[in-house]
Order: sequence, then structure tokens, then C-alpha cells
Amino acid sequence: MTEPLVKVRGLKIGATVYPPGEKPHDIEIVHGVDFDLQPGKVLGLIGESGAGKSTIGLAAMAYGRGGVKITGGEVWVNGRDILQAGVGDVRKLRGGEVTYVSQSAAASFNPAKQIMEQVIEAAVFQGKFSKKEAEERGVELFRKLGLPDPENIGKRYPHQVSGGQLQRCMTALALCPEPDLVVFDEPTTALDVTTQIDVLAAIKEAIRDTGVAALYITHDLAVVAQVSDDIMVLRMGNTVEYGSVDQIINNPQEEYTQALVSVRTIDHPEKKPTGDPVLQCEHITARYKGTNFDVLHDVNVELYPGQTLAVVGESGSGKSTLARVITGLLPPREGKILFDGRELTPDQPSRPVEDLRELQMIYQMADVAMNPRQTVGTIIGRPLEFYFGLKGAEKQRRIQELLDEIELGSGFQDRYPAELSGGQKQRVCIARALAAKPKLIICDEVTSALDPLVADGILKLLLDLQAREGVAYLFITHDLATVKAISDSIAVMYQGRVQRYGTKTEVLSPPFDDYTDLLLSSVPEMKLGWLEEVIATRKMESAGN
Amino acid sequence: MHPVVSLLIQRLALGVLLLLAASALIFGLTEVLPGDAAQAILGQSATPESLANLREEMGLNRPALTRYFEWLGGILTGDMGNALTNKLPIADQIGKRMSSTLFLAFWAALISVPLAILLGLIAVRYQNRWPDKIISGVTLASISLPEFMIAYILIFFFAVQSLSWGIWGWFGMDPVAFPSFASVSPTMTLGEKLYSITLPAAVLTLVVLAHMMRMTRAAILNVMQSAYIETAELKGLSTFSVIYKHAFPNAIAPIVTVVMINLAYLVVGVVVVEVVFAYPGMGQYLVDAVVKRDVPVVLACGVIFAAVYIILNIIADVVSILANPRLRHPK
Repeated sequence: MTEPLVKVRGLKIGATVYPPGEKPHDIEIVHGVDFDLQPGKVLGLIGESGAGKSTIGLAAMAYGRGGVKITGGEVWVNGRDILQAGVGDVRKLRGGEVTYVSQSAAASFNPAKQIMEQVIEAAVFQGKFSKKEAEERGVELFRKLGLPDPENIGKRYPHQVSGGQLQRCMTALALCPEPDLVVFDEPTTALDVTTQIDVLAAIKEAIRDTGVAALYITHDLAVVAQVSDDIMVLRMGNTVEYGSVDQIINNPQEEYTQALVSVRTIDHPEKKPTGDPVLQCEHITARYKGTNFDVLHDVNVELYPGQTLAVVGESGSGKSTLARVITGLLPPREGKILFDGRELTPDQPSRPVEDLRELQMIYQMADVAMNPRQTVGTIIGRPLEFYFGLKGAEKQRRIQELLDEIELGSGFQDRYPAELSGGQKQRVCIARALAAKPKLIICDEVTSALDPLVADGILKLLLDLQAREGVAYLFITHDLATVKAISDSIAVMYQGRVQRYGTKTEVLSPPFDDYTDLLLSSVPEMKLGWLEEVIATRKMESAGN
Repeated sequence: MHPVVSLLIQRLALGVLLLLAASALIFGLTEVLPGDAAQAILGQSATPESLANLREEMGLNRPALTRYFEWLGGILTGDMGNALTNKLPIADQIGKRMSSTLFLAFWAALISVPLAILLGLIAVRYQNRWPDKIISGVTLASISLPEFMIAYILIFFFAVQSLSWGIWGWFGMDPVAFPSFASVSPTMTLGEKLYSITLPAAVLTLVVLAHMMRMTRAAILNVMQSAYIETAELKGLSTFSVIYKHAFPNAIAPIVTVVMINLAYLVVGVVVVEVVFAYPGMGQYLVDAVVKRDVPVVLACGVIFAAVYIILNIIADVVSILANPRLRHPK
């Protein structure tokens, strides 16, 4: 066996934490991890947030993000322990031997500089190529990664290209200096599912053609199964399981890996509509102020009491705009919204309090949707005061009830949002919406920021609450697995129009229109070779990449 | 039309409007002050008849609006009227004074702006370590002292004490003392002028340095949190080139804004320094005019100061717009 390109032994990583009300202290976040990576191979690092996967990836560049410090162990790259290397040696390593592709290329490109200048910077600085050679190589990489107009796209600024294109540019940036290893840190997570598949295919091809080795970090096992040779499953800084991709996917040994591999456990049979619709959108056309094009065209959807309508589509399809129109934040240009059979006033400020109460919202980012300086009790208590005038003991009793409903104990009343986990924060937001006893809750990507297992918990909670309280959900999401788990009816949106609309069974049964087919086929499946299969068989290429 | 062009035109038009508003405000304020030019000329002994005659003679009885537009028209054509006290045309006086003030401001700016930005960059590079602390400490101390205090301290050391320092001998020089009386005249050579303004320029530099340096430091530190700084670090660039090449270009807008505010201060805020060093600039001129209640001169100085502020702030706005790639290169 040849000497591995990367050899990690007993890697320990620590960080300084600053908990509210306590003295800052050091904690260990990675507790001794070992792995080998042969030249030209791809190792997938997988785990939930907090598993330490990004931290380990960056350790291969001797880098600690924020207050993160590497506290022990060895990281051998190209035959030398980079944790013992001097500053100059580490600089040669970064950008020369090991390069990095981040989750958000949009944030990782300097907005003040042209793309090409940034793509070639490391290659030129590290003395690998002259400026001219590096630029030629850049153009070649742009072409290989399937970017439009590869000759000229480098002259653009980052804000002038789309998210998917920028993610490919970031890959070009990483490959330009001919590194031995590229660390891919969730490179497709921020992309739409239809875009993800193209970028994934481009990355895989580039890895194969250049013969570079890679660490591929993601929380999505189905994605990593498409690109890796080996997989390491991490949880809370420990290795859970480490083996070949075939073994991990088809024959997982550990319980935790099995939970990750198994498909979603929620089986939600669709309910028949009963009674009169709680929400009717009739011929909604809308545009934003100061623009001259419509973002919604003639949208017609209905939602029945106690049911869930999933609105699904990629970013820019108008699904969040629809929520803004229904809540009255963006009055429509044409059309009307009927709530319980009566017409709602188009703009939010002029709606009566009763209308506001019956229509609540839950947002994607639970942590920014709560005042960080208010306790959970205050946050949930506010709608109780505002809508029902509850005070004192009665309010306390109701807060307690709500906390029980979201499966959090009474101990949570006096906690601040910063002391809660992501899933717990989202539960508090659900309780706040429920406090108003609404007929309809608009859920805008409420599980997108959560780890899969936590997201499942939230979905189950929402379904339980719906069964008990009879509340209807308008569920906005880009994730088809979530749609299948929770919806009774589905509206597929594309470029501001409802492309396909009906009950869950109708929408998810063939024959499909081209876009729905693309959307459905783009959801990564937990099997080897899925990516190639899909690229070969799909009917339409994604437009917005 | 390119969006930047229309934005720039908007800013310029706004600047002109602002200048008009400022001129009206200044004129209005001198109107509502008790007493007028006639009163000022005649002083305490004025009889009601003589006051009325003089007002008639000077046209002060006409409506304020008429006089405002006359005055404004005069300024636009370069005629600012005559000073009450010595009857000389104000425009000539201001021309001389302004060039002295600009001369001093120019040299103070030439030293302080690059120095402040460089110190800001160094402070970021060695954040929370001793170079940062020394830079912050010294600049904060200099901004906390009143400027006349700094002026007198510098005069004490460099105009008085320095004659007895042995240090000059090490360089084979005669002892040097810088003038505490900073007079410049058109007949002097550039070297003589510079020598003459050494101390006031040094005082001004110390006064404006801290603000610009701290703003540079804060603006760059803010940018240093961005993900693209991490990208640059992971390319193996040295810390200083990360700061200089990747952080600085994105921090230009706030830095330019604070630099312009300080440049404006160098022109219009130097009254105290000019008085301490008896420097024949605009500040001195304004103080003299106020003491003598020479209203036309005060008005003219006020409008010019307002114009300097507005023009420099427009420049800051324009640079900020041009520094933003999203505006410069729309989608």
C-alpha cells in the first residue's frame, strides 16, 4: 500500500465557549479522530451540526475557525506533520497543497474583486503558475465545470453570477493551484435541489479528471454516497463508523448510522378535504415595489381546515412571496384572498386584530425570529396578552400548557433563546404561533435549517398538533421529502406560476410535467450510482444554475 | 443611463440644494440676531435718526428676501460685497486667507491621512497586542487633549526647549527651534513656508489622527469577520496581505467618509490653532470679523465653510458609490 496523502492520528480539537452568565472556559469538540486518505481518493465526513466535521476538514489545513484550536494529535500531509510545521510551511500548504471550498461561495468570494483575480490568486502567489498560465488554467476549469461563457465569466464580479455558478467558480478556485487535496465543506447544501445535482456532477467529474484527493463534508448521506470512496460518520466529535461507501450505505453496523441511512419514518396518509376552505387565493398576481415584472402570476390555491398545503419550488419561484401576499405584507396587484369565506383586506396594517390572530407564521430562522433578550416565557406570553388579555396566574397556566404541547418542560420558561438548541428554538416559535389559537399557520421553510433527525421531530410535532387542534398549515419548502411527509395537497411553483396543483397522490403520480419531473428526480437517493443514472435519464435541465 | 451616473447626478443636485439651504439658514440667523450692521457701525452712541439714515443708505430697510437674493446673486458672481470695517472687497481678503488655510490643511492632510490609514492597518494586524494598544493609547491621548494644549506643549518643547537639546549635535547640526509664530507670505519659498508651519501642521495632524485611525481600524475589523477573509487566509496569504488586499478594498466607503469629515475639519475647524500660532488663515479672519460685528464677512465665511463641508461630503459619497462593485457593475 502506498503512503497515504493524509494521515490523521488522535486529532483533538478544542474551543473556548462563552456561555451566558458563566466564565469562559475551554471545551473539547473533537475527541481523537483517526483516518487515512490515499492520493486521488475521496473521503466523506458526515454528521449533524456540532459533529465536528467542518472543524476536522479545516484541521487538514492547520486552521481553526474563530476560537477553535487544535489541541492534540497528528495531521500528516505529504509526509510531514503540519501541526508541528512553522508559519511559512503552513502558508505553502494552504492554497498550494490543500485548498478549500466553502458552503457559501456567495460569502466566500470577495465582493470587491473580479472572479478570475480570486481564482488564480493562490496559484500565482504560491508560485505554481505565472499569471497568464493560471488564467488559461482558470478558463479551462470554468469550461470543465460547465460554466457559461468560460472565456469571460472570470471578468465578472461575484454578485453578477448566480449561486450555483459561484459554487462552481469556488471549485475552480480550489482546483486552480493543482492541489493534492481539496476540502469540500457542504459545497451544495445552500443550493436548490435542481441546481445541486448539476454542481454535484461537475464536482465529481472535476475530481475524477484532475486526480485530486478530497475530503467531502456534508450532513446529507445521500449526497456523499454519490461522490465518496470511503465514509466516516461523526457524532459529537467522535467517530461512529468508518468504512467504504458500499459498506456504510448497504450494511451499516451502528445504530446511529442505520438511523441516518433509513428513509424518513413519517408516513402521513392524505386526508380528504372537509367543510369549506379556510384559505382561498384567487388569481393572485403580485410584484415588488420599484420593479416592472410580476413575481406571481395568477396563483389559485385552496386550503381546507385541519389540512396541509405544501408549496414547493426552488428559490425565486415565488413561494415566499405568496406567503407575504397572504399575510398582507405585500398587497397583490390583482386577485383576492378569502379567509373563512370572507375577503381579507390586502394590506396588513388595516386588518382587524381578529384576522391577525387567526393567521400566524413560523419562520425558517428560529434564532432571529425571537428577541434574544426575552425569556421563553415572555416570548410565548406576549400573544396571550395581546390577543386574549391574559394576565398573572392564568397566563402562566397557559404558557405551561403550550410548553407541554411542544414537549418542553416547565424548566424552559426562564431560559433565553441562546440557551436552546436549534430544534428547541423552532419548538418555541411553534408555541408562540399556537398561543394565538390560529386557524392557519404559514410555515416558511421551518425545517430547512435543522439536522434531518431533528427536523423529523418537528414535523411529527406539527402533525400531532394539527390532529389535536385542527389547525391548517400552508407549508413552504424546497424539500420534497418534507412535502411527502406532511402534506395533504401540493402546489408546485415555478417562475411565479403554479405548475402543478392537487392532492398529494395526484401531484406525486405520473405522468409528470417536465419541471415536476426534474424536481422529483433531483432529490438525492441513498443508493450508489444514482447521480449518473439521473443525469442520463432526466428530461429537462435546471434553469437557474 | 448607467445607474452610477444617475446616482452621481442625484448626489450633485442634492449638494446644490443643501448649499442653498445652508446659505438661507446662515443669512436668516444673522437676520434674527439682535442689532444689525448699522447698529454695529454706529455703536452705543447711535441716535435713532442716524441709525435710520444709515439703514436707508445701506439698503437695510428693504425686505430680507430681497437682500438675501441680492447677496446670493453677488456670491454666485464672485462679489461678496465689502467689509464694513475697512471697506475692502471681501472676496480679495478671503482669497488670500483661504489660500493660507488650504496650504496648512493640505500639508496636515498629506501627513495625517496616509499615517492614520497605515496605523489603522497596523492596529488590525496586531489586534489587541502591544502595537495596537500603543497606537490606540497615543492617538486617544492626543484627541483627548484640547488642541490649544497640544499646541502649547509642542511650542514648549520644539520652539523653546529644543535649543538646549544635545540631539542636534549627533547629526552635526546647529540646534533647531521651530517658529511658534507661523506667518507665511507670498514672497517666501516653499521650504521657508513649510518650516514656518511645522508646528501648526503637527498639531492638526495629532488632532485628526485618532478619529481616522480608529475608524479605519473598526471598519477593517468589521470586514475581517467575513467569510471571504477566511478564503484569503486559506490561500496561504500573509496576514498583512489579507488585510491590505482583501479587507481594505471593502472598507473604503466608511474610511473615506471619516477622512472627508476630518479634511473638512482641517479647513473650517482650525480657528483655535490659527489663533495660537497667529496664522493668517480663514479662522483668524472669522474671529476678527465676529469681534468687530462685521456681518458681511461673517456671512461670507459661513457660506464658504458650509460649501467646503458639503463638497467634501459629496466627494465621500461619490467615492463610496464608486467603491461599491454592485453599483459600478450592475447585473
